[in-house]
Amino acid sequence: MSDLTHLTIKNALEGLDKKEFSAVELTQAHINAMESTRELNAYITETPELALKQAAESDKRRAGGEAGLLEGIPLAVKDMFCTKDARTTAASHILENYQSPYESTVTEKLWQDGAVMIGKTNLDEFAMGASNMTSYFGNVINPWRSNAHDKDLVPGGSSGGSAACVSARSAMGALGTDTNGSIRQPASYTGTVGIKPTYGRCSRWGIVAFASSLDQAGVFARTVEDCALMLQSCSGHDPKDSTSANIEVPDWSNSFNNGVKGMKIGIPKEFRVDGMPDEIEKLWQQGADWLKDAGAEIVDVSMPHAKYAIPAYYIVAPAEASSNLARYDGVRYGLRVEGENLIDMYEKTRAEGFGDEVKRRIMIGTYVLSAGYYDAYYIKAQKIRRLIVEDFKKVFEECDALLTPTSPGVAFPIGERMDDPIKMYLEDIFTSPASLAGMPAMSVPGGLNGEGLPLGLQIMAKPWDEESVFRVGQEIEKAANFTALPNLLTKAAA
Amino acid sequence: MSELSKDDVKKIARLARLKMEDDELERRAESINGILQWMEQLNEVDTDNVEPLRNVADIELALREDVMNDGGYPDKVLSNAPEETQGFYVVPKVVE
Repeated sequence: MSDLTHLTIKNALEGLDKKEFSAVELTQAHINAMESTRELNAYITETPELALKQAAESDKRRAGGEAGLLEGIPLAVKDMFCTKDARTTAASHILENYQSPYESTVTEKLWQDGAVMIGKTNLDEFAMGASNMTSYFGNVINPWRSNAHDKDLVPGGSSGGSAACVSARSAMGALGTDTNGSIRQPASYTGTVGIKPTYGRCSRWGIVAFASSLDQAGVFARTVEDCALMLQSCSGHDPKDSTSANIEVPDWSNSFNNGVKGMKIGIPKEFRVDGMPDEIEKLWQQGADWLKDAGAEIVDVSMPHAKYAIPAYYIVAPAEASSNLARYDGVRYGLRVEGENLIDMYEKTRAEGFGDEVKRRIMIGTYVLSAGYYDAYYIKAQKIRRLIVEDFKKVFEECDALLTPTSPGVAFPIGERMDDPIKMYLEDIFTSPASLAGMPAMSVPGGLNGEGLPLGLQIMAKPWDEESVFRVGQEIEKAANFTALPNLLTKAAA
Repeated sequence: MSELSKDDVKKIARLARLKMEDDELERRAESINGILQWMEQLNEVDTDNVEPLRNVADIELALREDVMNDGGYPDKVLSNAPEETQGFYVVPKVVE
């Protein structure tokens, strides 16, 4: 493993600027890392030739004095973003060979700022999952291992490939999407930093639609500062997405380290759930102590409806998914399986094209939207969603940001929880409220558990206040001084 | 709320345009019933005077001039079609 792959984005930008190495060399080092860590199955499509071409162009721009915010930085892209230079599969058989004729707004912004695309990463099919087990292209393996057993672990999901490749140092950062925790939970499981911004901060144009009122793009990196840089690049108003906000993007790369002095940090008691391991409880307390030592005031707050987020989510999201995924009909793009007539063709195409979990969600969504059940399920869930937003509004009258664990557990062995969908759904118990309410939220590594596996802390703030999320996150990062490397890399170095 | 029967699940599969054999319908009925039962906990919450929330984005929908601003590239539109001819998608015969 080359030293270049261990740099932060910030340090790499400085190295490029000082001509210590070129973007081509930086990119080649990451291509080598991508190839030597193929056992993780983190990528669905590798794009080394494109990456080297973009890197060469980047070197020319830098030499010409036109360096962008991410000039020459090799990044990975979750395979939910449409890219015109590589297929976009959403990890589904139904889109296995889909070649988008256009580029998503978020990826376009990264390329405009000089970033290099190294590959498209693996995910749960249509981002529906918390383990990366539902991918048509096979599961992703977490670069981290437990010191208590020898089993391969999940990287979390749905953005499992993006989290794994940033952790394994085959990309300096990666794009993810987060509908209910799909960036934050895998960030926690892989010892990386992952942020989902405010709903409306990043354009959804060109992202494969899952649950449109919840889907948000976000980023993974290994430091809070790198996340601030990447998010700054890919945020901003887009007339092509009617829910994209026309609000100026702040210069987070200059405000992320403004500290927490005088800030009030809320600890919502409802996040203390039964059966949560003591070490997570302890880390949470430790996180609060760190912030207190840095000059913040810690206040206890209450969010009585937070515990209803998961069941409400599993009505709202499948409802929207059943509608969004109706477009896969075997006519305009994607897989087609011939049938006896048009309806038979639709039914056979969708039966063969979608995996088990996607079908389950389409069916639940179809049911909760059907005549006679709409009010009891769908409207009820939307009312609960309102109550969760009200909870957030109330707590943000008392504090500036919230601190919780990201997940009630750590990375678990591959194959576990597959026979119990509800157990899998509860993976997102701490991340779901911010998704339903559209709040910005980030996971930052806080330490390792007794088995040597990463644990994340989650920071949430008011809509459009990513700055507070970054400031609190940076303070945690500084205090935690998380320098542990995944076993995959320490093994390779040994 | 009452449990879904195999026939109910068959109807849902039909609405969702998903072909399913009998054994799968049975398996899915069990799994969906388990999830619907778990959702019942939402009924603990009194929501009588709560307005449903449809969108969290605190954004007024933008208006634009009613003019064509995209299009004119049928080849690109059809580039992923499983079957196409002379600028059209091809589907199985629907009118006898």
